[in-house]
Amino acid sequence: MKVSVAAEKCVAAGQCVLLAPQVFDQREEDGVVVLLDEAPGPELHDAVRESAMVCPASAIHVTQ
Amino acid sequence: MNRIAIVGASAGGLSTAEALRRTGYQGTITLVGDEPEMPYDRPPLSKQLLAGQWTPSRLALRSEADIEALGLDLRLGVPATALDLARRVVTLADDTPVPYDTLIIATGVRARRLPGTDGVAGVHTLRSLPDALTLKDRLVPGRHLVIVGAGFVGAEVAATARGLGVRVTLLESGPVPLALAVGEEAGRFLTSLHQQHGVDIRTGATVTGIARTAAGAVSGIQLADGALVPADDVLVAIGSTPNTEWLSGSGLAGRDGVSCDEYCAVADGVYAVGDVARWYNPLFGAEMRVEHRTNAAEQALAVARNLVAPQARRPFAPVPYFWSDQYGTRIQAYGCLRDHDEAVVIEADPNGRTFLVAYRKDDRLVGVLATGKTPKTLRPWRARITARAPWTAALNHPTAA
Repeated sequence: MKVSVAAEKCVAAGQCVLLAPQVFDQREEDGVVVLLDEAPGPELHDAVRESAMVCPASAIHVTQ
Repeated sequence: MNRIAIVGASAGGLSTAEALRRTGYQGTITLVGDEPEMPYDRPPLSKQLLAGQWTPSRLALRSEADIEALGLDLRLGVPATALDLARRVVTLADDTPVPYDTLIIATGVRARRLPGTDGVAGVHTLRSLPDALTLKDRLVPGRHLVIVGAGFVGAEVAATARGLGVRVTLLESGPVPLALAVGEEAGRFLTSLHQQHGVDIRTGATVTGIARTAAGAVSGIQLADGALVPADDVLVAIGSTPNTEWLSGSGLAGRDGVSCDEYCAVADGVYAVGDVARWYNPLFGAEMRVEHRTNAAEQALAVARNLVAPQARRPFAPVPYFWSDQYGTRIQAYGCLRDHDEAVVIEADPNGRTFLVAYRKDDRLVGVLATGKTPKTLRPWRARITARAPWTAALNHPTAA
């Protein structure tokens, strides 16, 4: 799995950090997404896909 | 369960289709939408799109390739007009029948209008992409926009219009703008933000009619106290109405949206998601209908999972979340702010850069609204709302500010 984020689209909702804190974080100053792991292990795939699905800005892109 | 019909192709409907595929459903999915455009995102309409920062193509909820890959029977530009519950058939406006085994209602809401203003040039509502593009063309420096209704749509458009050099008057029938949604404390904070940016805010303003030019276009708003507020354009932002007329023959159209249980089930084989769904949220022990962008996607995922794995179905019990951008300030809120018993300002710096309000219902913390606060500060608040923290303990928590 390969994950990418579009920081300029991010609205800092933080849903991804709640779902997959091992993969996503937020910048302290404005809450914009920070990608911690662009190739997360299989145990995190469901959480990452769910993050991409519920992201209100469609700012997370997952390719298999 | 081999045919699922989803009526409504915006965030809730498309997310349901996507979630069904992701959770392994391989049957037919018919996705019906009344708008001709490919599914697009609405929150940027009042912000980036209206400001001219983004083009419409940027609003696409998913790329055409991603939608293609979902293998949908896509019916765009044709609204559903009727539902026959007994026969399990949805009828579309072109008389096409769509038979289904499971139906997802995701028809959303539409903007309420001011009586007597339909078709009057210069009177706008903002819900769809064409609405936003029409309004955008009118927001030219020096023109005067009068916004009727100081909710979030009205407030966001006021901020965008000021950024474009448009003169803005914001009319609110209540004593404090936004108070219905976020309470008087947060409403006063946001009022001062708008006033600092030159918005003329008139509270206690009851609209009685519109004035028109000889050519029939709007020229002003008539108020109950006799005042006439001149306007080049008027945005009517007085809330929304759930799109349930097509359900009228089925008995599923409720007083305010479609009524669901905690699993978002409406009736046997029928579910609802998004703005139109009024469901029982067991976390707060209350029925709610939430018009937040994040709720549509989360509810879609919950419904899809419950459909694919009914033996392991779970209630949909989220902490609602919304954000709003005004003048470069981002307002974020978690929980249920409406109908609170008390709102306490935890923090408010005098220059207006940071602000945090906590909301109580009965003896529980039920919500928080903040601006200028870091994620590290807000996450524990959200956790306390999720945990149904007692009010006193939540406020006395060491990380409460």
